[in-house]
This record gives sequence, C-alpha cells and structure tokens, in this order.
Amino acid sequence: MNNIINKNINHNTAIYTKGLTKTFGELIAVNKLDLNIQKGSIYGFLGPNGCGKSTTIRMLCGLLTPNSGIANVMGFNIPKQAEDLKKTVGYMTQKFSLYNELSVIENLNFMGKIFGINKHDLKKRVNTLLGRYSLYSQRNQRVDSMSGGQKQRLALATSVLHKPSLLFLDEPTSAVDPENRRDFWEKLFDLSESGTTILVSTHYMDEAERCHELAILDRGLLKAEGTPIDLMNNIGANIVEIKGSHLRLLKNRLLTLPTIKAVAQQGIRLRVLIDEGITKPIEYIQENIHDESLEYNMAHPSLEDVFVTVTGSTIEKSIDLQEKGE
Amino acid sequence: MSVSFTLSASLKRIYAIVLKELMQLGRDRVTFAMIVMIPLIQLLMFGYAINTDVRKIPIGVVDQSHTAIARIITETIKVTQVVDVIAKYETPKQAEAAIIRGDIRAALIYPVDLSQRIVQGEEIGQLIVDGSDTVISSALLQLRHMPLDKVIVEPSLNRQSSKPTFEVALLFNPSRRSQVNIIPGLVGIILTMTMILFTSAAIVREREHGNLELLITTPIKPLELMVGKILPYIIVGLMQVTIILGLGYLVFGVGISGDIIDVFFVTILFIAASLVLGLIISTIAKTQLQAMQMTIFILLPSILLSGFMFPYEAMPKIAQYIAELLPATHFIRMIRAVVLKGAETNSLVYDNLWLISFTILGLIIASIRFKKRLD
Repeated sequence: MNNIINKNINHNTAIYTKGLTKTFGELIAVNKLDLNIQKGSIYGFLGPNGCGKSTTIRMLCGLLTPNSGIANVMGFNIPKQAEDLKKTVGYMTQKFSLYNELSVIENLNFMGKIFGINKHDLKKRVNTLLGRYSLYSQRNQRVDSMSGGQKQRLALATSVLHKPSLLFLDEPTSAVDPENRRDFWEKLFDLSESGTTILVSTHYMDEAERCHELAILDRGLLKAEGTPIDLMNNIGANIVEIKGSHLRLLKNRLLTLPTIKAVAQQGIRLRVLIDEGITKPIEYIQENIHDESLEYNMAHPSLEDVFVTVTGSTIEKSIDLQEKGE
Repeated sequence: MSVSFTLSASLKRIYAIVLKELMQLGRDRVTFAMIVMIPLIQLLMFGYAINTDVRKIPIGVVDQSHTAIARIITETIKVTQVVDVIAKYETPKQAEAAIIRGDIRAALIYPVDLSQRIVQGEEIGQLIVDGSDTVISSALLQLRHMPLDKVIVEPSLNRQSSKPTFEVALLFNPSRRSQVNIIPGLVGIILTMTMILFTSAAIVREREHGNLELLITTPIKPLELMVGKILPYIIVGLMQVTIILGLGYLVFGVGISGDIIDVFFVTILFIAASLVLGLIISTIAKTQLQAMQMTIFILLPSILLSGFMFPYEAMPKIAQYIAELLPATHFIRMIRAVVLKGAETNSLVYDNLWLISFTILGLIIASIRFKKRLD
C-alpha cells in the first residue's frame, strides 16, 4: 500500500486516492474513486446532491472512514494520520456550523483558540480577516441575525483562520445569491494566488467553470475529469440548437435516433447533442425530422452539455431524481 | 353524506399520522428502548424499594454493664426485626462517631448499673437515635416502650414501672421535622436532574446544529472537549446548591452543622460525577429528546433508591446494590452527614473515593466513546 502511494505522489501532490470507496448499508456513496490533485489548484467536484461529493470531502478530512481504498492528503495517510492533517486543512461545511448565539468576533476568537493561535497573533489575524471578508461592521453582531451571504463569508474567514494549506469547501455558495457567489469566488482566487489548494464541491455550472480542474461525479462514480475547457472541447459531440414549437414531441422523436446523445429543453429551444461522427449535424437532423418550421443553429458546448453527455442526464433532472429517492 | 365523508377523510388523515408516528418511533431505537425499559426496569426496582415498613435498621450496642441480662435484652430487641445489631462499641463516644459517619442509625447503651435500674423501675438504658431521617427515627421510637416482662422472668428482678424502658436521645433533629432530612437530599436530586441534562444536551445540541462537524475537523482532543464542557457547569451546580441550602436555612431553618468547605467539597465531587454521566449519555444519544429520556432513566431511581424518599436501610439487598451504582446515593449519604450531623469529609472515605473513581472512569469512557468521526 505504501508503495502505491510513494510511486504516485510527490511534493506537488495535495490529494491522492486509489479505489476510495464508502458504502452506507446498500448504497455505494463513493465508488472506487481515483484522484490525483496537484497543490495550488482550485479543484471542483461537480455533481447533483447524493453523487458522493460531501462523502468524499468528509473522507478526505478524516470524518468518515472509507470501506476500502487508500487516501493520502498533504502527505498524510488517511484515516490513520487524520489528526495530524487537521492542523493543515480548513473545512467549510455544507450546513452553516458556527455558533448562532455568538457574535462574529466571538466565533472567530473561539475557533482561533481551538487551533491554538496565540493571543497576539489571533487578534491581528481576526482583524485582517474582518477587513478582507467585509465583516468589520458586523463584528459584534450575533450570527443568527445575519444574512446568508454574511454567514458564508464568516464561515470562509473561520476556515482560513489558521492559514491552512488545503481548504475543503462543501457547496459553499448554495445558500447565497449569484452576486454574493461572484464575490465569494474572487476571495477564493485570492486564496489560490497565495498558494492555498482548494477543493470545492458544487452543483452550479457557472461555479464549476471557474475551477482549474474539475471532476464530474454521478452516483458515486467519477464520470469525467479535466480542465473545464478540455472537458468542453473533448465532449465528443456537436451541438445543435433547434427553435420552434411542439418541442416535447420533437424531443421524443429525436431521442429515437441512435446518433443523438442527449436532448435538453432550454425555454423555447432544444439543445441537441449529436455524435461528432456526423459531419453535417444540421442537415442530418433535417433529413430525419422533415419539419420546415424549425430553426437550426450550431452552438458551442457548455459544461452543462458535458455533464449531460457523461451522465446521460441534466443536473436538474439528477437533482429531481435524487429528491424523489430514485 | 357529506358529514360522513369528511369524517372518514379526517379519520384517514389521523390514521396516516398515527402510522407515521409509529414508524418513526420504531426507527428511533433509543426512544423505543426507553418506552419498554422505563416501565420494565423501573417497576422492578421500585417494587423492591418502595417499602414503608422499615426493618433491619443498623444499630450498635455499648454494653457497659457486661451482664447476661443486657445480652438477653439485646437479643429480644433483635427479635422484633426492627433493628439489626451490626456493631459493638466500648464507649458512647465511639458509638456517636459511628452514627455521624452513617455506619449505624442508633446506639443502644446499657449503663454500669443496669440490674439496679431494672429493679428500681428506672429507664434501663439509653437509645441514641439519628433523628435526621424521620421515618427511621419513628421506627426506632417504637422501641422506647418495649415491654420487658417476657424477658425478665426472675421474680427477684420483677419490675413494676410506669417509666419507659429506654431513654431516647434524638440527635441532629430533635423536633423530628422531615424538612431537615429532605432539604439536603433535594440537593442531590436537583443536581442529578440538571447536571446530567445540561451536559448531555450540550453536546447533543452541537451535533444536531452541525457545530460538532466543524469542531471535530480541528486539532481538539476528545478529552479537552469533555473537560471544557463540564467545567462551566460545575459553577452552575454550585450556584444551585447555594440556592437550595440558603433557602433551606432561611425558610425552613435547616442549618448546616458541618463545615461549609466540606459541603462544597462533596458537592463538587457529586457535580463532577453527574456531569460525566451526562457526557456518557451524550455519546449515546443522537437527539436532545433521547438525551432527556436517558436523564429521566437515571433520575427516577436516583429519587426513589438513593435514600432520598425511602430509607436506604429499609430497602432489600438487591435494591441497595442498584442504589450503590448511583452517584446520588453516595452524595445524599454524604451531604446529610455533613449538613445535619456535622461530619467531616475525611470520615466519609468510601463515598468520597467512590465518586472520584466514578468521575475519572466515566471521563475516560466518554472520551473513548466520543469519536472525532461522523460514522
């Protein structure tokens, strides 16, 4: 086991896993996951709820014990050396998990003391963070009266309090509006510039697109991995947008064609993914559909398209299925 | 028609709720266990314990007369089964010290001139009774007029007297007020309830609110978390003790015979033991409701078996063994000794050591059980 690790990791490896598996009863939450994440990158886990994002992050922090497989995080074997790892990682939980009864500054001071930061350094650090994350005017406010965006900034400030070299963010922006989400990502880029490795899970495409590298997870399996650009360029399909009426009927007809990889409705348009072996996709559809009223356009692949091709479903649909318990 | 229709729809909804509640109950294993265990275990325990017919009160004998008649009288008293002679002492002073320690509840003292007193129709001896528990002292007071005509068959010693057989001296609570015994005992009960509940709920609440997930990703050690959790509640517990004993003195006139330092010392031991018990519960309970139920599971026997409601001595052996497992039993014994009889803590070695061992052992168990994991 040590051999495998030694062969595959070097001083630039932040996270390395091989065959990492976690089951809860019958359910395989994470299925033989192989990861090799380099230091300094912003690495994203993209997938619907229940795809194994949170479970993977929890295993990598040592909060959950894997059923099988190996994991090495920042040079520590997990879960064996999880306690040593805890000094060098920051973790922002999916659910806000600071103390609602305490003020902003009390929460920061408390967590700082838990991390063993001395009084003088802590005071300076807290002041820096209050400024950086625009929390100075709320510093004496009780947390339960703050907005989602403020709470999220506080959670981020707390997770970087001890200057971790690796930061786990579990769906950090699920409780905030798009504007706050943009600001939040600016802060993440700052952290990344200063050398912090960031692992972030999300089900937002725009958020996933900002990651240096991305893993698409679906029902515990790693479906695709790469930079967002590479993933979109190597989608293996051409995209045709069809504008017209009776789209639901048209969608069902298109899906009967073997070369159509996926069809997704977006408002008054259908987004059709056709195998890249078809050299003239628009003509190909016209030949098969025979409908003069439709309007055809070629489109650039998006991350959503990548997601659809690798999982066979849109992310909204995956979330719906998840919520129905299927 | 429409009435019956709405009624049946309403019944269906009620049925749906009932079914859902039962399914939830069945899946909450701790709650389900409590539903069965509370009546089952508690009934068995209390069936044994609730026994107002007081028997076998432990007493000691100081025989200064060294006569056969003294031994015969002692045997006769034993036959009543009200008391159990468990010790002999040389002097009344030693016997009194044993009462303060709580070894015995009363001492029977035969004077040097026992035979003479019998003939003269005087009180033949003295009964020094621990009056703090009024149930015990009432039972012992029955012995005061115990007839001796069946004992003394020799005509020369024939006794014609209107005087009681024994002179009774009630120690610690001469006016036989039950508050005197209840108030120090209440300290034990209230602390059992609040201390166990506070700590168990404190950790479970962090788990429910998700705070714990963050906390266990830090370098904090389980023991650090455990100790940090119980220390503040020791102060809370001491505040409660001060309130109860202060009101006991101001309103009910129950003063503290012993040293106030001793009172706080034994109380801190008990608070620590109760808090640790709460910590152990917190490592088992998943929700605050479960923590509450487990607290009640400890609280009920603490009320009924600890000697708070029924004299410990009057309980059958099996109930006494169970009582010995409860921190409250040891504490109530000690706090009564200190508050009512002025005992010093160094004379209460066994109970002290028991609570200290319980605390240390419990803290270790809680720290081991507390996993810095989510699975």
